[in-house]
Amino acid sequence: MPFASPTLRLTESQYLAIVGHCLDGLPDEACGLLTGPVLGDGEPTGRCSQVFPARNADASARTYTVDSKDLLAAMREAEAAGEEIVGVWHSHTHTVAYPSLTDVRQAVDPRWIYVLVSLEGGDPVLRAYRIRDERVDEVPVAVARG
Amino acid sequence: MSVEVKLPTLLRPQADGQASVTADGATVGEVFAALVARYPGMQDNLLDESGGLHRFVNVYKNDEDIRYLEQLETKVDDGDTLSILPAVAGG
Repeated sequence: MPFASPTLRLTESQYLAIVGHCLDGLPDEACGLLTGPVLGDGEPTGRCSQVFPARNADASARTYTVDSKDLLAAMREAEAAGEEIVGVWHSHTHTVAYPSLTDVRQAVDPRWIYVLVSLEGGDPVLRAYRIRDERVDEVPVAVARG
Repeated sequence: MSVEVKLPTLLRPQADGQASVTADGATVGEVFAALVARYPGMQDNLLDESGGLHRFVNVYKNDEDIRYLEQLETKVDDGDTLSILPAVAGG
């Protein structure tokens, strides 16, 4: 059974910041973090306060590692705002917007929202998931036009 | 030496839900030993089988990655902050 999950709500500028960073990262995979409010049990509400573009420490078209210094900076900003890291995003340059086996195996936190941006073909495709016990469930994404 | 240790969300359940804890030690390794003595559930997340730093964990002393200092032998002073970060990676 899928576990309960919020809808990831992004503003149009946040959506464009994510996709833009992914395009800028080509030919390598690009990555970044999401911060936002969480409920008492640490579950994200689905609202995203900031998208943090990060460096891909792997500098690779096949894998990514969020640069730990960028992760530290995002964690500090989230903490200062009374928020948390609520998710991570990265691009797939030549495959679909679905977590790879590597993504599933290396998933850090079952509460995080994992955003995938596929750059294969023409238009970027952004989808979101939760990964728990190596099980993948899609999370709805709502982009507020403004 | 007493230092503040900031915990990633994943380690907080093993520390009664706290986002940061204080622990004593003269080095990062000693601070971690004190942490594990208090919260045994952290052992497998922080250290590998040989007692080294777990490869899926990054630790910063203030603004510096301890891998580029003296790893677990890195000295700490009163008032330092250790931040434990998960390795966020995939393919």
